[in-house]
Amino acid sequence: MSTPTPRIRLSATSVAPGEVIDIRTMVSHPMETGNRVDPDGRAIPRNIIQEFHAEFDGETVLRAGLDTSVSANPYLQFKFAPSHSGTLTLTWRGDDGFEVVAEEPITVI
Amino acid sequence: MARHLTRRGALITAGAALTVAAIPTSGLADNGVRALVMEFTGGVEPQAGRVTLDLPEIAENGNSVPLQVRVDSPMTAEDHVARVLILAEDNPRPLVARFELSPLSGQADVSTRIRLGDSQTVTAVAAMSDGSYHMTARSVVVTVGGCSG
Repeated sequence: MSTPTPRIRLSATSVAPGEVIDIRTMVSHPMETGNRVDPDGRAIPRNIIQEFHAEFDGETVLRAGLDTSVSANPYLQFKFAPSHSGTLTLTWRGDDGFEVVAEEPITVI
Repeated sequence: MARHLTRRGALITAGAALTVAAIPTSGLADNGVRALVMEFTGGVEPQAGRVTLDLPEIAENGNSVPLQVRVDSPMTAEDHVARVLILAEDNPRPLVARFELSPLSGQADVSTRIRLGDSQTVTAVAAMSDGSYHMTARSVVVTVGGCSG
């Protein structure tokens, strides 16, 4: 099974100093709660994304710890004010070794 | 003004802000929500204000309820939101999400979509860099629940 490609939308990738970027992300994932049963009555095991991490040149912009109450295909929207040009790295980690990493170059003019 | 956050029933207080100086957490549901808030604040009672929690008054689909939490803060190194906790009192697991922010966030403004199993109160608690805590809550009526199969 291949890892899904996250959908990422940045309001801008080239900004003036002090400008705030709006970032919207979504990744395909069932966020299985562990509460459901299959048609044969067997419990479907929990399988969720537990953590999302947005970091910029090693510094945390946002870290999100997610639990079973987050909807499937988790959507996260947040703000980012870069102080200099660099790379924004977005990482999703979850059960069963789930890991997706994306990088977005950011320029501060 | 909602002084008692009831577990059942639709507590529709459209746009009502909690205006008391401190929100007594003794009014929170006793399924562990108060304990989760106290654990988050280290025992400090959160104050009202500064936190805005946007949720629909009526959610047609409990599987995907849009949530936006904003905190009034300059997000400087000296004064910023450090963490935000989201709780859904009636869900099988009330702790919905926990966000860590930093001055790099620029603004304390996070949105996501959550599952709500039934009509209930959703609570947001913000931990500020100065050690203070602020809290708000919104009631959501859910017409079709989203936590079971």
